[in-house]
Amino acid sequence: MKNELTMIFSSVSENEAFARSAVAAFCVGLNPTVEEINDIKTAVSEAVTNSIVHGYNGGEGEVSLHVQIVEKCVHITVTDHGVGIEDIQTARQPFFSTKANEDRSGMGFTVMESVMECVEVLPTEGGGITVRMSKTIGAEDAVS
Amino acid sequence: MNIGVSVTNRALTFALAGELDECSYKQVKDTMDDAIGRYIYDKVIFNFSGLTFMDSTGIGMLIGRYKVLRKFAKPCYIEGANKNVEKILNMTGIYSIMPKIGGGETEL
Repeated sequence: MKNELTMIFSSVSENEAFARSAVAAFCVGLNPTVEEINDIKTAVSEAVTNSIVHGYNGGEGEVSLHVQIVEKCVHITVTDHGVGIEDIQTARQPFFSTKANEDRSGMGFTVMESVMECVEVLPTEGGGITVRMSKTIGAEDAVS
Repeated sequence: MNIGVSVTNRALTFALAGELDECSYKQVKDTMDDAIGRYIYDKVIFNFSGLTFMDSTGIGMLIGRYKVLRKFAKPCYIEGANKNVEKILNMTGIYSIMPKIGGGETEL
């Protein structure tokens, strides 16, 4: 099966729930387990929250979300044109946060890495951040 | 997101129902911080049995409340997290600062 979804939405936190639910609904055809669907929702929520809170710092902007399903694999790309990240490698470290005094855990990228098979964090052309991540549905069944 | 606040046997309990993310975070934080400063209690319990989703924003919120409660020398505990929420709690090691209490995991 090959299937694609592209959405562009405003950088407002009300859209976090919309984005993760939309991606989860889009993946239902792959017959994911409850855990797999929750992993995908969590990863989307983390990436979109990063764009809204850090990329646009709560201000105006657009977040784009692209989902591609190829066979059993879900590829998700979240792109913003916000301020970007100066040192991506440091930002990916557990507990690293530029907003630690605001109750931020600094665990966003760590959570994404834990629930997805592969997570890439890249600068967006012209400024901002692009997060690309993938997960194979049914990967655990195939191993056992 | 719904948040219930109660004090029973000197335990201040916050019962969360719904999805805890960056969008619902502020309401939860404000409700909790108000109750933390207002009531008389010996410990705080975060009851997550009604919580259907949480991302790392929830972890940041818990660490923030932990820091506030530490100033008052009040311990805090987590109970009732479902499998999905439990995964995030375990992944981030939050149980090492606020232990899990009560029975096993609740079913989804």
